[in-house]
Amino acid sequence: MNGVHDVGGMQDMGPIHIEANEPVFHARWEGRVYALNRALGAWRKWNLDNSRWTQETLPPAEYFTMSYYERWYHRMLKQLIESKLLTRAEIETGKPAKGSAKLTPPLRAEEVIATFTKARFQGRSRAGTPPRFTAGQRVRARNIHPPGHTRLPRYARGHVGTIESDQGVFALPDTNATFQGENPQHVYSVRFEARELWGEQARPQDVVYIDMWDSYLDPA
Amino acid sequence: MAKSKKSSLGRRRFLKGAAAGAAAFVANPQGGQAQHGQEHDHDHDHQAVPSDLTLRVKALESLLVEKGLVDRAALDSIVDTYEHKVGPHIGARIVARAWVDAEYKRRLLTDADRAITELGLGGQEGQSMRVVENTPKVHNVVVCTLCSCYPWSLLGLPPVWYKSTAYRARAVIDPRAVLREFGLEVADDVQVRVWDSTAELRYLVLPERPPGTERLSESELAALVTRDSMIGTRKVNSLGSPGEPRRKS
Repeated sequence: MNGVHDVGGMQDMGPIHIEANEPVFHARWEGRVYALNRALGAWRKWNLDNSRWTQETLPPAEYFTMSYYERWYHRMLKQLIESKLLTRAEIETGKPAKGSAKLTPPLRAEEVIATFTKARFQGRSRAGTPPRFTAGQRVRARNIHPPGHTRLPRYARGHVGTIESDQGVFALPDTNATFQGENPQHVYSVRFEARELWGEQARPQDVVYIDMWDSYLDPA
Repeated sequence: MAKSKKSSLGRRRFLKGAAAGAAAFVANPQGGQAQHGQEHDHDHDHQAVPSDLTLRVKALESLLVEKGLVDRAALDSIVDTYEHKVGPHIGARIVARAWVDAEYKRRLLTDADRAITELGLGGQEGQSMRVVENTPKVHNVVVCTLCSCYPWSLLGLPPVWYKSTAYRARAVIDPRAVLREFGLEVADDVQVRVWDSTAELRYLVLPERPPGTERLSESELAALVTRDSMIGTRKVNSLGSPGEPRRKS
């Protein structure tokens, strides 16, 4: 979707505010929103792509005025309702529906550290569809404008780059976001000359690398 | 500054009126005083959050706990983990090891997943990694234009600027101007490489080891390595960076 989240190359977004000695969370509620989001993920009712997609479909004017964790909060409400973990009435009243069973949370406090911070070597998957491209090959990012979720940024579409490396196989966000299947594909680091993307105003020596799924690309 | 504050207020009034869409799932957003856990004066989006968000999040948490959907102690542990345990000091250990051990550096640059787990480091949002090396002729900088992907388990949660529209929008089209705002002027004979982290790969920049640090130990070197140097918006200098939060390593 050509949505508000796809901001690469936009201008007039103001200066970058760099905060010295920034706290991890600026208010208690931010930490709680972060933690709720991670803890609810353990129900496996949604995936990361679905979280991104849900956030991208927040009303555009509000998306820009919300702070980061406000977006998370609203996205979480949508996901809770869509996954039927909560009803709208429960959220509005703050009370569980009459007769609803008390469940057991899938993530316990003693599991948090291991779940989120334990080092695990997984290796990259090579399963799935065979790669259509190899390092050094010239490719063109497809000029497509899907109405759903995609991780092909607008600023790259139609432009020619070079496969720098094959990073292994990953679920395709475009279908995974709406639970239409993982459709695992190879992901490549694709190198674009800055001038190919931005024209004369870019420095001739500079480059932009973008991670791209196999089906985002055509041979060039 | 005054102008910017005014426009921020204007945006907030606009939000107050925008009682539509996602916000309508619960109460409409209502304006109010900013909720702030810290004493500092700046002008960010997060400063102008409606005060009732504090109450709404509290109410949601209570409901989720009451239904058995989350465990309150687990929430406390998650907040504690990201406030106190995970942070840039973890990435700094990887960088320092690469600076003192050329063979480790080679493995880190060619097979980051294995080289990082070999140090017992990593975790969610930090398992599929790519480490890119700065040299006198190459400067790398990382962005996520589509959301805010970041190696949480190696650098902690990202700063507000990394998640801001301003940074995400401009880092790809005008990286040299962005770096200048961080006080970093990249010379003409240096190539800027921007990495837009659009997939499930997370990036860590291996900054250049600063001159004059030849006699420092690995842990002394790690103490010099800053968060921003591993995102690529600053260099490491031999004095460290006083502007970044320090954590015990």
